[in-house]
Amino acid sequence: MNDTKKKAWQSEGVKTSGTPTLEELTQTPGFPSEEFLYAGPVAFIECVEKIPCNPCETACPRGAITIGDNITELPMLDAGKCTGCGLCLPSCPGLAIYVKDYTFEQDRASIIFPFEYLPLPKKGDIVEMVDRFGETLCEGEILMVNTSSRNDQTSLIKAAFDKRHFIGVVSMKRLVT
Amino acid sequence: MSRIAEHPILGPLKPSGREVSILVDGEEVIAYEGEMIAAALMASGRRVFRYTEKRREPRGLYCAIGRCTDCVMIVNGIPNVRTCVTPVEPGMIIETQRGIGRWGGGDHGIH
Amino acid sequence: MVFTDVAVVGAGPAGLSAAIECAEAGANVILIDENTKPGGQLFKQIHKFFGSREHHAGVRGFRIGEELLLRARKLDIDVWLNCEVCGIYGGTELWIVKNRRESRRLKARKIILATGATENAVAFSGWTLPGVMGAGAAQTMINLHRVIPGNRVVMIGSGNVGVIVSYQLLQAGADVIAVVEAAPRLGGYGVHTAKLRRAGVPFFTSHTVLEARGKESVESVVIVRLDEYWKPVAGTEKELEADTVCIAAGLTPLIELAMLAGCEICFIPSLGGHVPVHDRRMRTSIESIYVAGDIAGVEEASTAMEEGRLSGIHASASLGLYSADKEEELSHQIWERLDVLRSGPFGEGRRKAKEKIISMKSMTQ
Repeated sequence: MNDTKKKAWQSEGVKTSGTPTLEELTQTPGFPSEEFLYAGPVAFIECVEKIPCNPCETACPRGAITIGDNITELPMLDAGKCTGCGLCLPSCPGLAIYVKDYTFEQDRASIIFPFEYLPLPKKGDIVEMVDRFGETLCEGEILMVNTSSRNDQTSLIKAAFDKRHFIGVVSMKRLVT
Repeated sequence: MSRIAEHPILGPLKPSGREVSILVDGEEVIAYEGEMIAAALMASGRRVFRYTEKRREPRGLYCAIGRCTDCVMIVNGIPNVRTCVTPVEPGMIIETQRGIGRWGGGDHGIH
Repeated sequence: MVFTDVAVVGAGPAGLSAAIECAEAGANVILIDENTKPGGQLFKQIHKFFGSREHHAGVRGFRIGEELLLRARKLDIDVWLNCEVCGIYGGTELWIVKNRRESRRLKARKIILATGATENAVAFSGWTLPGVMGAGAAQTMINLHRVIPGNRVVMIGSGNVGVIVSYQLLQAGADVIAVVEAAPRLGGYGVHTAKLRRAGVPFFTSHTVLEARGKESVESVVIVRLDEYWKPVAGTEKELEADTVCIAAGLTPLIELAMLAGCEICFIPSLGGHVPVHDRRMRTSIESIYVAGDIAGVEEASTAMEEGRLSGIHASASLGLYSADKEEELSHQIWERLDVLRSGPFGEGRRKAKEKIISMKSMTQ
């Protein structure tokens, strides 16, 4: 068993600001290691607290996510096996997983994230991409909106955005009716 | 205070029944038959359901599940009716309750 | 007088699960609820549940509710709606008022109380103004009645109820302008707080609501910072423009019927306060009365469903519908799942508190 997984994890950031800090995330076993971060589409699992939950483990068809028999363990990502397919995204009740691809284009990275608000954006829309604190970092272009019924009302949105904000961007700003 | 016509998880609004008219302090309000009176009132923008006995303070919906009795009103002449758990019927007469309310009026009134 | 094998009071997640277990075991069961529809608070849970597949993880609460209702219908369970249980006698008899006017009596060999819990209040200046409500009340309004109770909401409390309802208020189209938490640390699951944070909702830890202002209903809310002794710090007041305050300050088990029946009660603050003492079979100090769900200690819907099943299995076994071996086998499966739900930093405390209650029961036996 991996050492980081055994470590009793406690995120201070999530308990004070509501969201884990980047430093905390890079130490969690669900966050891709440096080697895989910029190498192509990969899942980011921002699950930093030991809650009894494991749907992401069985959602992955490639066995890239491991939790084990003790379902309060944090999910461990084997980024080498992850293809960034995104099947784990709607399985997470906490909406804590997204897929990012640094290699998407020369200047733009892409992200697929879960989204449960209305109105939904449309393909081609320009939206505001936000970080974990809800701060707008840059514009994003909507590439795909997947409302497949198998995801039970959790839409998956794919957007392209300025590569310089690759690490910061996690979602988009809600649209106003 | 408005109805949620479209919801990202629950989809389009499915009314509990047909549109009916009820009378609230003499004003006509359109409601759905079978929905809770409190919901119909809040959807119409009303938040004050009664005034207290001694200090005449406004009160409205608080628990929404029939426990706290803060949302009681005079319904068809019966005071102290919990509007959050009482379904709308066509033609209902609903009045803001002052203090402990009074009996009378409506179909079921004791005169 | 109507006679039945088992009467279940409360048709929420625990009561429905209990009734289904009893019916599957072959008992005649009557399920009683004061509301116009069964399901309790399950139908306002529109988020996906946590856990493993056995706990319906990844499935939204209301869909689990629909599934339970379908099973109850298939088993032909007799559901008495609009029925308030107003009295309980000799551990086997219920006095019921139907439709607020008809008196009914019901005699059952076993009674399972699954009456749930009610929201706690927080008193502050102006807390009686229309627009101040329980977080669960707001959740009922948006997810069941499909009416937004307010457009700019201040949420008091950052436990799971506070953060889940805040998220659902955003989904309904309202703005949550602040989540106020008196403790220095946020209480709910980090995945919930993170969802709110990236939607731009600010958290105010070590803060409380000092006052809700307004003539006929809430127009603004004053929050204030708390010092290390939880006392307001003068000069740190902030007035926020808001029309709604939601209070998510925990729940208290609804134990009135257990008290009326004379069940032994204990005080366990971490489970919501006074709860009926019960054993591993969910049986109270009165042999014919069982408890399940929030009445037996406030937890969550997933545990309530498991406890419901547990009470149903043991009540059925006590009627001779299961052999001792079968009873043990079924009970063991459920306890394994309960232990999983009560593990980790969020569940450990609840597991210990439950063990404490169960140890009390064994001492009195």
